[in-house]
Amino acid sequence: MAKVLMKGNEAIGAAAIKAGCRYFFGYPITPQNELPEYMSRELPNVGGMFVQAESEIAAINMVYGAAGSGARVMTSSSSPGIALKQEGISYIAGSELPCVIVDMMRGGPGLGGIQPSQTDYFLATRGGGNGDYRLLVLAPSNVQELADLVMDGFDLADEYRNPVMILGDGMIGQMMEPVEFKNREGKTIQKKDWATTGTKGKRKPNIINSLYLDAEELERHNEKLQEKYNRIREKEVRVESSNLEDADLVISAYGTTARIVKTAISKLEKEGYKIGLIRPITLFPYPYDEFDKIEDTCKGVLTVEMNSGQMLDDVKLALKGRMPAYFYGRTGGMIPTPEEIVKKVKEILGGDK
Amino acid sequence: MAKGKVIFQEDLCKGCNLCVTVCPAGVIAIDNTNLNAKGYYPAGVVNADKCIACMNCALICPDLVITVERLDK
Amino acid sequence: MDVIFEKTIGLTDIPTHYCPGCTHGVIHRLVAEAMVELGVLDDAIGVAPVGCSVLAYKYFNCDMHEAAHGRAPAVATGIKRVHPDNFVFTYQGDGDLASIGTAEVVHAAHRGEKISTIFVNNAIYGMTGGQMAPTTLIGQKATTAPYGRMEELAGKPIRIAEMIATIDGAVFVERVAVNTPANIRKAKRAIKECFKAQIEGKGFGLVEVLSTCPTNWGYTPEDALKWLEKNMIPYYPLGNFKKPKEVE
Repeated sequence: MAKVLMKGNEAIGAAAIKAGCRYFFGYPITPQNELPEYMSRELPNVGGMFVQAESEIAAINMVYGAAGSGARVMTSSSSPGIALKQEGISYIAGSELPCVIVDMMRGGPGLGGIQPSQTDYFLATRGGGNGDYRLLVLAPSNVQELADLVMDGFDLADEYRNPVMILGDGMIGQMMEPVEFKNREGKTIQKKDWATTGTKGKRKPNIINSLYLDAEELERHNEKLQEKYNRIREKEVRVESSNLEDADLVISAYGTTARIVKTAISKLEKEGYKIGLIRPITLFPYPYDEFDKIEDTCKGVLTVEMNSGQMLDDVKLALKGRMPAYFYGRTGGMIPTPEEIVKKVKEILGGDK
Repeated sequence: MAKGKVIFQEDLCKGCNLCVTVCPAGVIAIDNTNLNAKGYYPAGVVNADKCIACMNCALICPDLVITVERLDK
Repeated sequence: MDVIFEKTIGLTDIPTHYCPGCTHGVIHRLVAEAMVELGVLDDAIGVAPVGCSVLAYKYFNCDMHEAAHGRAPAVATGIKRVHPDNFVFTYQGDGDLASIGTAEVVHAAHRGEKISTIFVNNAIYGMTGGQMAPTTLIGQKATTAPYGRMEELAGKPIRIAEMIATIDGAVFVERVAVNTPANIRKAKRAIKECFKAQIEGKGFGLVEVLSTCPTNWGYTPEDALKWLEKNMIPYYPLGNFKKPKEVE
């Protein structure tokens, strides 16, 4: 397949369609509008269906209905709209339905701003809506990875009957990079016997539901969900890391911030520093074990995020108190520069080498 | 001679009395001496001869207690 | 001898949890009978609300989704867009449809979604213990309107059927009641007409059904029916507000 130059938001749409997604329900919000616009253009050409819902709340509930009816379905929004979707996402997770939700994060809280941020890390990884559920959260760092993770997202959602969130930001949605869409030959879409399709008089009714009024039954249901999340923790961790063995310092970052960090690292290496990198690709399940590979001689881990310290909590958990956890962040839509990160590293390590 | 026959599944009845109020022929009454499995006093037939198979009782019953048959002449 | 009335196969054998004399049971039966008589039960997918009828997914003998409060028309939209040949319906109460879910029902009608909505209006919030609904009448007492609903504080009750009928995408809108056997027969006819509008691919249909809540109104089931007739019908007039034009 040839490489195509595509804007991130549109690459998501193209990847979704290639993965068999035929239904998209969404609502306009900056900075992800190119995705619903793309889907409104392209889905009719493949026999799919696009609906611009009246709100993000309506959109996620349309996803709930479509997912329960057996379809591969997607919605997208940005932080304030994702906040609206939390009730629906909780219902989808509680009912064990597959779907892909794309969050192109922007500055917050509240209406915030339209510039990129990473302020939904807690929302994405700790649930966000009510109840003890988790989303499988994928954080791409470039448009190629974005396309790949969207396709994998649909397969993972079906396999685990769980919502999958693609956590991006305004940068990755807007930037244009070359993308090659992976061959999907041999990938079959699982049959969904549990979906509502009409009994046809041949089977008992299928019921899509998250209500369990009997406490013992609801506890058993929750245990089943937790067992699923444990399986996801065992099998689906994805992480990129480098130079952990004799690093002076390790930097942890995800998404587009990780690319800025990589530039900072190469500047520091030219000055003789040894800087390791841990770039989680799955934010849930989080690659806690990767941090065990950092030697005790390392001076600490610097987390860099476009927020005031959210993944920082997971890094601290991963370090188990072995070494200090430092933080550098920008908020409000400000994007850190490699120079700022270099400066912070030098502060931590005490001056130029 | 009854034109119709109504059959009550008394264990489904919640004793709401609506069937009694809509029967034009006084066929039905609540039996205050007979508690059903749910703990209600169910409705039942007290005047079978008068039934005209109008179905009012079955139409208003919220709990599908009543089956109605039309009897041959 | 002929059996002229028996339990419909459109309902399961699970006894309902509704209060004695609550007319939800009657309305469920009419919806189920209509689906059976129109031959769509085997293709039916219903959406249950939050409210007293939250457990409707146990009572209708077809595929069912339990929706979040008010969201049923959006859920039904998702289902119908995926399965356009299936029969898709929502069953909602007045909190669900006339309060939290008003945007969803208005927009489903506005888009002309080919689904059917049964709106059960009993002028109160039943499941949560009798709070005021948007449909509670002026002067009617509720636990959050202990002095009776006052227009200056809460506005006048909302007339959903009339409002939905103004939307072009809504092709069948009727208000009925289930307080007498005669009205029950008319209600069933309206529900069947509404369902036919979906089956014939015409557009969105809504039947508003005036219903009782003996427990929270504080009346016997029989007196509740009388209260409905005396107080609700004058404010919520029965009748058809819209129906598809006859094909020439």
